[in-house]
Amino acid sequence: MLSVEDLSISFGGLDALSGLSLEVTEREIFALIGPNGAGKSTVFNVVTGLYRPSRGRVTFRGDDLLALAPHEIARRGVGRTFQNTEVFRQLTAIDNVLVGRHAHLRSGVLRGAFGLASVRREEAEARELARRLLARLGLAEVADTEAGSLPLGYQKRLELARALAAEPRLLLLDEPAGGLNPTETQTLMKLIQRLRDESGLTLLLVEHDMELVMGISDRVAVLDYGRKIAEGKPREIAADPAVVEAYLGSGDGA
Amino acid sequence: MRRAALATGAVVVLGLPWAVPRYFVFLASLIVVNSIVAIGLNLLSGYTNQLSFGHAGFLAIGAYTGALLTIHAPALPVPAALLVAGLVTAAVGLALGIPCLRLEGLYLAMATLAFGFVVVEAILNLDWITRGNDGLRVPAARLGPIALATDTARYYLTVAVAALLILAALNIARTRTGRALLAVRESEIAAQASGVHLAAYKTLAFVLSAFYTGVAGGLFALVVGFLSPDSFDVFLSVDFVAMIIVGGLGSVPGSVLGAAVITTLNDSLAGFQNYRPLIFGAILIASMLFMPGGIASALRKLSVAGAAGYPGTAPPAAKPRQGDDP
Repeated sequence: MLSVEDLSISFGGLDALSGLSLEVTEREIFALIGPNGAGKSTVFNVVTGLYRPSRGRVTFRGDDLLALAPHEIARRGVGRTFQNTEVFRQLTAIDNVLVGRHAHLRSGVLRGAFGLASVRREEAEARELARRLLARLGLAEVADTEAGSLPLGYQKRLELARALAAEPRLLLLDEPAGGLNPTETQTLMKLIQRLRDESGLTLLLVEHDMELVMGISDRVAVLDYGRKIAEGKPREIAADPAVVEAYLGSGDGA
Repeated sequence: MRRAALATGAVVVLGLPWAVPRYFVFLASLIVVNSIVAIGLNLLSGYTNQLSFGHAGFLAIGAYTGALLTIHAPALPVPAALLVAGLVTAAVGLALGIPCLRLEGLYLAMATLAFGFVVVEAILNLDWITRGNDGLRVPAARLGPIALATDTARYYLTVAVAALLILAALNIARTRTGRALLAVRESEIAAQASGVHLAAYKTLAFVLSAFYTGVAGGLFALVVGFLSPDSFDVFLSVDFVAMIIVGGLGSVPGSVLGAAVITTLNDSLAGFQNYRPLIFGAILIASMLFMPGGIASALRKLSVAGAAGYPGTAPPAAKPRQGDDP
């Protein structure tokens, strides 16, 4: 479904990724792990079109993503959340979700300006859908609260709701459990599994929480200094000497 | 409550020419014209965070277009002339907006500032049609059988046009386009990840902003009745920025309030030209320090504080959610 081949990118002479290849198949939960600075978020930023790699290919369902602008990639069904949450802070929670719905709505500036019946109907439907999504993520009671004043855990869920509003096929989650307490993490794990099982989503996640990674991933790839040092099922990864070395050797206990 | 307030407002606005001296009818028309500019500028600066110090230039283009149409095509109905003034200015907005996509913050402010100077120079150099520094007298426009020859007639014209444009701005603000513009302001990467075409919406903001300001320019020509390049200097552009800062960035009602405050101040300080910048500067600084969201957000906070039992903006603490069974 998503295929990354021989990807290399460097920033100011520093190789952030070198020769990385990944193959994510449909309805899979695929985790990228590795010490800080290993290049995990860089993979996300290349796949979503924010960075242009110096070498390599990225294809998603037959489309060459490197030839597309970020909004075009989003419109082809690639959704994402951000490591340092990027909610629209001064917009209400529900408006955040409605922006997520942007590509599915038709009303342009002229039809919007005249407040035509078709626009009002479309708006009402979108609001209804946004409320359902907010409720599904336990955000119903803060629908009309400014996103920037919500606690971090709420903002993380709001980003997820916003991404889901676009009905993506592939969802990239950048440290979804970062800053969450154990209870919230448990709920998040169930939600991610439900998204795959019930909505047929494919998920690619970057995560430091090993309980989450080992608990729900089908496959795990380990990055270190921009290179893939291991890939396989969670159980195989946990026993891989190179992985243990990368983690324990760097003092970043997993 | 809200309906009553709106109805009272409508009565005041419509009844005003019958209750106050003629000069205040003229001043009120100017406030309404400036409100339209402020809304236009707010769509650009308040909604997408693209600061412009060149809106006097857009106003001038709309004003001269409207005036020249009234002079050379007197048969053209006023609404059509205003529409053309808006469209011509919007086209210029498009031409300016595309190269400005590469600019942000101070650099964009500088580019728009330069644009304002260029427009004034262009008016001076096109003196065979604009009459340059001699100025252009604008005849009374006609709306069917009615000649818009009195301040009252022109006031009602500006109010009618402004009402349409305010309604349209409110509609745009609360639907897909307005949300996309705000999303661009709040986080460009998250807006893109939501499928928002960054360049298209930033350019659209320029076009919309220029359209509003162009229509306002057409009205300005009719209300003032005389155009010369020095009416559109950089200080006017700064006044427009002051209007949206004092009124409230990203707020349509705030734009109107800001235009009312700054236009009235300008008028009452006309006798103290030397102190005007001092007083204006003090007001701007005070407004940014004590009312960072402008009048609009200050009023919102007041009404929130006034409403009893309002839960406030603090969300419930991170308690387990419903259906949460660990």
